[in-house]
Amino acid sequence: MPEKFQLPKLTFWKAALVLIALTGLYATFVRFAQGLGASTNLSDEFPWGIWVGFDVLCGVMLAAGGFTLTATVYIFNLERFRPIVRPTVLTAFLGYSLVCVALLFDLGRSYRIWHPLVMWNPRSVLFEVGWCVTLYTTVLALEFAPVVFERLQLERPRRILRGISIPLVIAGVMLSTLHQSSLGSLYLIVPQKLHPFWYSPLLPVFFFISAIAVGLAMTIFESSMTSKHFGKQLELPLLRELGRILAVVLLVYTVLRTQDLYHRGALKLVLQPSYETWLFLLEVLLGLAAPIVLLLIPRVRQAAGGLYLAAVLTLLGFITNRLNVSTTGMETSAGMHYVPKWTELAVTASIIAVGFAAFALAAKHLPIFSNHTGAPPEAGSRRSKAIFVEKKEEGVLVGR
Amino acid sequence: MSKSILYDATLCINCKQCEVACAEQNKLPYNETIAAEQKQSAHKFTVVLESAAADGKFMRKLCMNCADPTCVSVCPVGAFTKTAAGPVVYDETKCMGCRYCMLACPFGVPKYEWDKALPLVRKCDMCADRVSAGRPTACTEACPTGATIFGERETLIAEAQKRIKEKPDQYVNHVYGVEEVGGTSVLLLSSVPFEQFGYRSDLMHDPLPMLTYRVLARIPDLVGLGGMLLGGIWWITNRRAEVAAAEAPVRAHEEK
Repeated sequence: MPEKFQLPKLTFWKAALVLIALTGLYATFVRFAQGLGASTNLSDEFPWGIWVGFDVLCGVMLAAGGFTLTATVYIFNLERFRPIVRPTVLTAFLGYSLVCVALLFDLGRSYRIWHPLVMWNPRSVLFEVGWCVTLYTTVLALEFAPVVFERLQLERPRRILRGISIPLVIAGVMLSTLHQSSLGSLYLIVPQKLHPFWYSPLLPVFFFISAIAVGLAMTIFESSMTSKHFGKQLELPLLRELGRILAVVLLVYTVLRTQDLYHRGALKLVLQPSYETWLFLLEVLLGLAAPIVLLLIPRVRQAAGGLYLAAVLTLLGFITNRLNVSTTGMETSAGMHYVPKWTELAVTASIIAVGFAAFALAAKHLPIFSNHTGAPPEAGSRRSKAIFVEKKEEGVLVGR
Repeated sequence: MSKSILYDATLCINCKQCEVACAEQNKLPYNETIAAEQKQSAHKFTVVLESAAADGKFMRKLCMNCADPTCVSVCPVGAFTKTAAGPVVYDETKCMGCRYCMLACPFGVPKYEWDKALPLVRKCDMCADRVSAGRPTACTEACPTGATIFGERETLIAEAQKRIKEKPDQYVNHVYGVEEVGGTSVLLLSSVPFEQFGYRSDLMHDPLPMLTYRVLARIPDLVGLGGMLLGGIWWITNRRAEVAAAEAPVRAHEEK
């Protein structure tokens, strides 16, 4: 695509970005100068809003591609997925960094954000989440650092990180498993408050499985977006494969969730029209029914557009799910409706905008995509080289 | 032994002396407007509720100071502590303001200073400093009718049960707080169902922290097994790749 054709589009997005950023800056001022009461619609009856429900819960969920894909490539040794590892790890790293930023807004005393690292309470799920998120953000930084080192041509630190890549990936997968599920465990403590559509002893399991689904969907979404906006070639065969796995994960989730609803006697509630019923149906339709049907039709699954649609629906569906668990599912017991204030929305929008802008900047200046570096074959053999280097010296074996 | 408060709603005359004493004890403002407020808040730790029917039935609300408190278990920085004497106390120097305690408390007790730039969680702490000095809580001392009394938990439970037995037509046959979420240091007697005043009747009799602890307790095993499993899978897949690579030249040679 000729560059001149893209120019007006870019300025529109830049203008939108500046507008969102300015609103966000003013909202930030209100938040920190006047406190949570002035900047949110939170109250004693409704202490957690979208900064937790969207920015933290959805933020962590949408960044799940990082552990899903590093596990696929490094642990299961499915080398063919390597070309999409870097953008996925970048998305995850940005996602977690922004979750930390969002926490600064939500915490009443943000300057004490480090307290859980020093003042321990191992009985608290939130303590465990705090530690996992801190450690995993560090792991993601180390997983992404080689890209920066490569750009700066720093060979030594790059080699050191390559040497510990497997333990690093294993640690990342473990930490993700723990806190993705623990974000669900957070709500185990409110059996009376959360509506039976969502309260379940299996919340941690559901959060974990859906994180894998969302990780896959997010990888498809992000690959499609980058191929559109950065003129990068679409890795369609890989995305098709991810789409197939996504269908399987969604099916597993659907079966478990249905069984759970049935055994807790909550399934029959679907037949009684209520505020929660509509939200539940919306979540199921967007996140499960529609994408599963789409992905089971071979013609749709094979097409770039079909995959993209299925991925976007999955994302919307599980964003609805997280918001249902954290906000709408709690409204009846709180005896009130919670609608976020403009400042809450402005901050959330700014954080999303910063995420997109940071990704675009990184994509422009760092070797994220394989065709920028022209490196897929080299990248593919890099690890095998590293592994076989000792034996190669002994002359026993030649790397692939 | 652990101290408790027993509130008998049938003896309460809605004089609000407990509210006044509580405000004084905790250095909170108190005036007619605050007296009229029918809910707990960051500036009102205890409240005497009037029933909606205005039939002369009252009910107090204050922190229940649970035996195994939800707030103590959920706080990521351990800002809450259950003292041996009974009160559940809050260390404001630790709190970072995540408000998980507010979400989790089954009685909706912790309240937040929403209008402050640097807010804290506020709640009744059963006059911890007085209790540790062997004195009763401010609200008990102020109560002119004996509706609120203070003493050993076991003694108060026995007393409450005795009252129900002696006048079964005057009371709901239930001492609220004996079994709810594993027991609380505040015990309630009433002539009308507790739900009328927003006390939940659906609370389990096990402490709520068990719900999350059951899951958290599995984490160490999960880390050990998971790490081993992932390492094992990596070792196998990697070994396969190694073998395939080593055999490739041989195979290529044989095929010729």
